[in-house]
Amino acid sequence: MNIPSELKYTQEHEWVRRDESLLTIGITDYAQTELGDIVNVEFPEEGEHFKKDEAFGAVESVKASSEVFMPVSGKVVEINEPLLDSPEIINEDPYEEGWMIRVEPDDPSELDSLMDAAAYERYVKEESE
Amino acid sequence: MSTASGRSGLVHAEPLIIERSAPGRVGCALPPPLGDSEQALRDIPESYLRSTPPDLPEVDELTVVRHFTRLSVWNHGIDTGMYPLGSCTMKHNPRINERLCRLDGFASLHPYAPADLCQGALQLIWELQGYLAEISGFACTTLQPAAGAQGELTGVKMIRAFHKARGNPRKKVLVPDTAHGTNPATSSLSGYQAVEVKSGPEGVLLPDAVRAAVDEDVAAIMVTNPNTLGLFEEHIREIAEIVHAAGGLVYCDGANLNSMMGVARPGDMGIDVMQFNLHKTFSTPHGGGGPGSGPVGASAELEPFLPLPVVKEKGGRFELDFDRPQSIGRIKSFYGNFAVMVRAYTYIREMGAAGLKRASEMAVLNANYVRARLEGCYFLPYTRRSMHEVVFSDKHLEEHGVSTMDVAKRLLDFGFHPPTVYFPLVVHGALMIEPTESESPETLDAFVESMKAISEEAARDPELLKSAPRRTVVGRLDEVQAAREPVLTWRQTRE
Amino acid sequence: MRYIPHTTDDVRRMLEAIGVASVEQLFDSIPSALKLSRDLALPTPMDEVSLTSLLRGLAARNAASADRMALFLGAGAYAHHIPAAVDQLLLRGEFFTAYTPYQSEASQGTLQSIFEYQSMVASLLGADAVNASMYDGASATAEAVLMGLRLKRKRPRVLVARSVHPEVGQTCRTYLSEHEPGLEEVPFTNTGTTDLDSLKATLDDEVSSVVIQSPNALGCIEPLDRIADLVHAAGGLLIAVVLEPVSLGLLRTPGELGADIITGEGMGLGSGLHFGGPGLGLFGVRGSRNVWQMPGRLVGQTSDAQGRTGYVLTMASREQHIRRARATSNICTNEGLCMLAAAIHLSLLGKQGFGELARINATNARALLEKVERVAGVERVFPAPFFNEFVIRVDGGAERALARLSDAGILGGLPAHRFFPELDSHLIVCATECNTHEQLSRYAETLAGQEVAS
Repeated sequence: MNIPSELKYTQEHEWVRRDESLLTIGITDYAQTELGDIVNVEFPEEGEHFKKDEAFGAVESVKASSEVFMPVSGKVVEINEPLLDSPEIINEDPYEEGWMIRVEPDDPSELDSLMDAAAYERYVKEESE
Repeated sequence: MSTASGRSGLVHAEPLIIERSAPGRVGCALPPPLGDSEQALRDIPESYLRSTPPDLPEVDELTVVRHFTRLSVWNHGIDTGMYPLGSCTMKHNPRINERLCRLDGFASLHPYAPADLCQGALQLIWELQGYLAEISGFACTTLQPAAGAQGELTGVKMIRAFHKARGNPRKKVLVPDTAHGTNPATSSLSGYQAVEVKSGPEGVLLPDAVRAAVDEDVAAIMVTNPNTLGLFEEHIREIAEIVHAAGGLVYCDGANLNSMMGVARPGDMGIDVMQFNLHKTFSTPHGGGGPGSGPVGASAELEPFLPLPVVKEKGGRFELDFDRPQSIGRIKSFYGNFAVMVRAYTYIREMGAAGLKRASEMAVLNANYVRARLEGCYFLPYTRRSMHEVVFSDKHLEEHGVSTMDVAKRLLDFGFHPPTVYFPLVVHGALMIEPTESESPETLDAFVESMKAISEEAARDPELLKSAPRRTVVGRLDEVQAAREPVLTWRQTRE
Repeated sequence: MRYIPHTTDDVRRMLEAIGVASVEQLFDSIPSALKLSRDLALPTPMDEVSLTSLLRGLAARNAASADRMALFLGAGAYAHHIPAAVDQLLLRGEFFTAYTPYQSEASQGTLQSIFEYQSMVASLLGADAVNASMYDGASATAEAVLMGLRLKRKRPRVLVARSVHPEVGQTCRTYLSEHEPGLEEVPFTNTGTTDLDSLKATLDDEVSSVVIQSPNALGCIEPLDRIADLVHAAGGLLIAVVLEPVSLGLLRTPGELGADIITGEGMGLGSGLHFGGPGLGLFGVRGSRNVWQMPGRLVGQTSDAQGRTGYVLTMASREQHIRRARATSNICTNEGLCMLAAAIHLSLLGKQGFGELARINATNARALLEKVERVAGVERVFPAPFFNEFVIRVDGGAERALARLSDAGILGGLPAHRFFPELDSHLIVCATECNTHEQLSRYAETLAGQEVAS
């Protein structure tokens, strides 16, 4: 299972990458494997604001629909539109091409409460047992 | 395969009917118009008129009859064989129902006929309301809702109206983890937050769990009784008292009423409102997915909130009452699925009290018989007495790399429709079997033997299950492709 | 008992296998305090002969059924002839005793017919996708309004034309009873169609959808294209409602005219009146992304491992059994058999027959109008173009006219004040292919007060 070391993680299996002032958010390799073939992605509108832990969208397989939650509070500035027509990109490349949204965080220090790669790996191991 | 009732036969390939089309063919014989069409249509502006005809086939009558007959053969129905779909009550659909609901006096009756000229229909509705009230123990009933889920919506809206009339609609609805998906969906649709309550270790709801979840914001609890594990919620009265004490109401999903007609009545258990499913309990056909009918029974307190209109009797004359200021309003056009009501009415009149009770008794007998014969072979996660259905799981099969879906698909090769699978969600890999009273012990035995044979195959040759079904018109279909690149019309197949 | 096969011996043997002594013991998980201690008070059981006679008696007390009276009443429930082949095929047990096609390999008959229905109805409505049916036109429209609110999340207002069938509007109000603000009405003008100036003045960037019926409850054809332009200019969605789908054999499709969601009542396509139910809720959308916000079941084409074409329920993550509280609707069972009836009926009518049926309806309604307009004291009220239904004003009032018509064996229409109180001397009158020359003459002559030879 792929858990890039430079990212931050949530208990709901989202990852966060910090570039300059923006955050890029997606779902982890573990999450896409658990869900299986993704057939649909639901996005928020650009400009929408969400609080930390609020659902901003959903990722769906043939038999399941899984909400995706905000790792921090902030405003959605961009969505990954190609996923609308090709949701399978998340299965193929969850950390790069398969990113979901870019967010302008209200308070970047909220990131500190998230797990690093090592902690997330332990978390996944515990959860799958 | 010695126990199989499945045989391959004259199963024809049949394309889309549009592919049978040839320009100029017709399948109908219409009367001539009562005037000059060309002249008559001059008053409709050109810009309003269709420039191209719709994309319909051009086929003769035999082609249509043969097409749909061939398609029908690819279906499995109760008429073809046992259909033990849990929670759906796939009982026999009596043929007299079909004949009588088609009587001209019912079938060609306009809903806006003056009341004096449709007394028979109104009387039938009124009497059926009364029968359902008696069977369920509720003070009032409405036959308006078109199906179970619309009955739920009606019931929850009535609950909301009840609370609103007392000044506070409240915020939450408690839904046990064993509930049908329609329950939380209905709660949301009615403006409530669905809050899950966990069932106890033995598969029934425990009063303490409800006590812990209940507060002043809880508008109602939605229980299914018997629940979707086929177990009677034996603490129902105490649970009702807890919810009532906090000012909430109790909704019962009546999908499983076939387990207790004449034995016990939801209205006597502290339940305030419940929907019936006429297409389950009262033998009306499931029709490949409807039309159903989802009447609602309720306590006297909730009577003012029934949807519009209500059928009333005054001195032997029946009429529609629209003057109900507290009603939740109208939930569909006209008066509900009347043709379905005629069938249910016919069934109840043929069965009578003793017949309905016997139906429930034999439904419960059949479920427990299947359970007794399959226990040990399939894993039984909850061991309390079953009512009309029993839930097994694929736990014993996991070691062979075989899942519930594989068992379901293999059953098709043996000539049986699979049980409900992967529901309720609290059982991993659930197989939910509801035989109904219609099946004879011989049929149950054949089903049991097939299930046992499949369990043996799972150990001996799991590939047989994973590659099933083989004897159906198609094998397992690619659902991922269907959802990722949706082809929803024949126009798209040509693009 | 013919529906229960168990003999005394069967029961004894089965109880033994279970390991209980009696049938009563099977119910021991029900606390005895909750058990019914008496027999249900229901009428005594009946045999097939007496049952038939009982139901025939009830049916006979429906003097207004179309086999006994001439029907000129539509108002949302249109009587069309059902070809014999439709009902014969519906009685195939493999169709009517099956349920929701979750097990696709055992349900290809149902699934392929749904796909064919979706294809045919999409073409009638001008939609890109049509679902496998809703309960009826009214609840389909209510669900369309909810879908509009999902698609336009920051726009809480919903406008409904007053010329929409009032039961459709009432159903929308019930479904949206918790929604703020409530539904707002757009009036119609004295031409019989929606007041476009008023619509324009009411539209703003808070409006998610506008509901327009065409032909409307007055029988008039609405200028859907002009309405669509207005609604779209304000950034909203147009929901077009078609309660008389036979009109679509003649009229341009709502989709082509700019509707975003199209709903309708398909009862007239093979199902029949049945005192108003079951109906068949038609539901179509334009735009492939919008399909993911649709309520109800959808069937898609796909293939199996051997490359054989097959059909499955698809995009199911929208639905209650997967998304539970977040589902697009709570609908589960829909109107499967009515949907099948429509698929068969439309196949029989075909490309030519469907258009011809529409022309016959329009022609017969005009033939009736021509006759009644010649009667003194009767006038057509709204000048806008119509399909097979129109409004007349009758000197002496609607009820008197209807009573006289009823005496002559005619259901003469709907008293219009039931829908629109100000139309107090008016009738909403409909003619279809089921009416005859003789019935048309009898209608006009009865209104004229002449003696009618029966």
